[in-house]
Amino acid sequence: MTTATAKPQKSRAGLAIFALLLIVALVLPFLIDGFQTFQLTQVMVLAIAIMGLNLLTGFSGQFSLGHGAFYAVGAYVVAYLLSNELLAYPLAILIAGLVCFVLGLAFGFPALKLDGIYLALATFSLAVAMPQILKLSLLDQWTGGVGGIVLSKPAAPAGLALDDDQWLYMVVLGFGLALFWLARNLLGGRTGRAFLAVKDNQLAAQAMGINVTRAKVMAFGYSAMMTGMAGGLSALVTQYVAPDSFTLFLSVNLLVGLVVGGVGWLPGALLGAVFIHYMPTLAEGVSQGLQGVVYGLVLIAIIYFAPRGLGALVRR
Amino acid sequence: MDFFVSQILSGVASGTIYACLALAVVMIYQAIHHLNFAQGEMAVFSTYLAWQMLQWGLPYWAVFVLAIALSFALGWLLQMVVMRPFRDAPMLSNIVVFIALFTIFNSLSGFIWGHDIKTFPSPFGSGPFIESLRVSRHQAGMMAVSAVILLLLWGFFRLTRLGLALRGAANNPASASLVGVSVMTMTSLGWGMASAIGAVSGLLVAPIVFLEPNMMLSILVYAFAGAVVGGLTSPGGAVLGGFIVGIVETLVGTYIPVIGAELKLPIALALIIAVLLFQPAGLFGKRTIQRL
Repeated sequence: MTTATAKPQKSRAGLAIFALLLIVALVLPFLIDGFQTFQLTQVMVLAIAIMGLNLLTGFSGQFSLGHGAFYAVGAYVVAYLLSNELLAYPLAILIAGLVCFVLGLAFGFPALKLDGIYLALATFSLAVAMPQILKLSLLDQWTGGVGGIVLSKPAAPAGLALDDDQWLYMVVLGFGLALFWLARNLLGGRTGRAFLAVKDNQLAAQAMGINVTRAKVMAFGYSAMMTGMAGGLSALVTQYVAPDSFTLFLSVNLLVGLVVGGVGWLPGALLGAVFIHYMPTLAEGVSQGLQGVVYGLVLIAIIYFAPRGLGALVRR
Repeated sequence: MDFFVSQILSGVASGTIYACLALAVVMIYQAIHHLNFAQGEMAVFSTYLAWQMLQWGLPYWAVFVLAIALSFALGWLLQMVVMRPFRDAPMLSNIVVFIALFTIFNSLSGFIWGHDIKTFPSPFGSGPFIESLRVSRHQAGMMAVSAVILLLLWGFFRLTRLGLALRGAANNPASASLVGVSVMTMTSLGWGMASAIGAVSGLLVAPIVFLEPNMMLSILVYAFAGAVVGGLTSPGGAVLGGFIVGIVETLVGTYIPVIGAELKLPIALALIIAVLLFQPAGLFGKRTIQRL
């Protein structure tokens, strides 16, 4: 009985915190300057990408060290569509999501055969290969080669009392909320339970009648879609895509953000994104030459003191 | 035909580099069943230690031995101080700790010794070993050293009680500790040995690619690839895998028109994924069977 009564209370507290955060998020861009707004927008973009990775790793138990590749594809799709003025930017983001969904499914099938560390390595290869594929001279006419593609910033609609930075912040916030809602519903229902069952024990899940192949492949698809849309948003925010923005370090960063925020807990993505965006600068402030050492030590300390992510500390 | 043979040999030469580090990667995998992403950076750090000792005027082979000993101690220490609390942590936490170690060693090397490129001497001399085949003396030396390490490792794992204990501790820690094997000591030993082998690969690679903090970055990718192709549970397979990756990389760059040269690395990696799809445990690795 105690658990039954505790649960609504807990979710009510969660709802209160969510509402509070949402109000803060809506008011914040009016209190800080343009550059800080720009940075917060980037943090939200990263959070969406980490949320995508979380769908895959945290819920279906498949590893990816290569989600930066989907992020890159999303960014390039949006950049291509917008620089050629083919679509309006909200549509371009959706198309980026669709393209990455299909790519994710396509990658999900071979991934079925790979377990744990081998899957981590295969996706790692994907991340390593991505910048070189984007630089390929055959694709120059679409990708702009080494130079990349420059975009213009979407302007705030006339009549709203927002400048362009604030508008973009609101756009990203809107996409973030929509995707968060989508992910929550997806995971709360049949699909999410299937994901979790597959993560906990594949054979047992299969014996219970869950279509393991479908669950794993779909997880890859949804995950890639979300991360790809984040990539598309990042193209809007930075107004520039180039192969060297999407190196292995992006994928590694997303993974670090996932683990720091909390694997298997969606809101943790925001904490993880704050960490990977601000920590390097913070570490540089502590020591100019040794920022890598500071960063590494903080990271180890977090894993040591909060093995289930910063989110687990917050939830207590 | 002559050209083809020389291409193969140049592939073998770069394969030697990958094989060396792949050996270290497999070594640590044997001991802890994790891939150490910081392996390359640790090897670079060891190489810098050796470079420093050479600057102080010590003879090469004394430095070689000292660097291996110091690296062994470093690996042992890392396991005892940093890694021990994480022995039961999930794989993702371990990967993140390795990433942390990666940034720590990378930053430390750059901070202490600077980011400029340094030359590193070769103990084998720089002239050609076989004139007509374009194999340098250093490359031949590398192959010989790799072969010796491989032989020693094989002997260690197959013929000594310690090697058996190490394998046991890695494969089944609970049973191993029940029969009196100290799993902690064995894991530390594995870390020490991996770090020492990494140091050897660093010392051998540095004369070719020059010493700088990011020296091992791309090599590590190929080493992982080699280790996976050969099978993470097989030291011999890892060495062979390193060679395969080197040869494939060179042939792809030469013989596939237009995209070959630009996509050397991606194509090599795609081949690795292809191997995994048909042989999920690598060419020589053991498959594990899941029990319910």
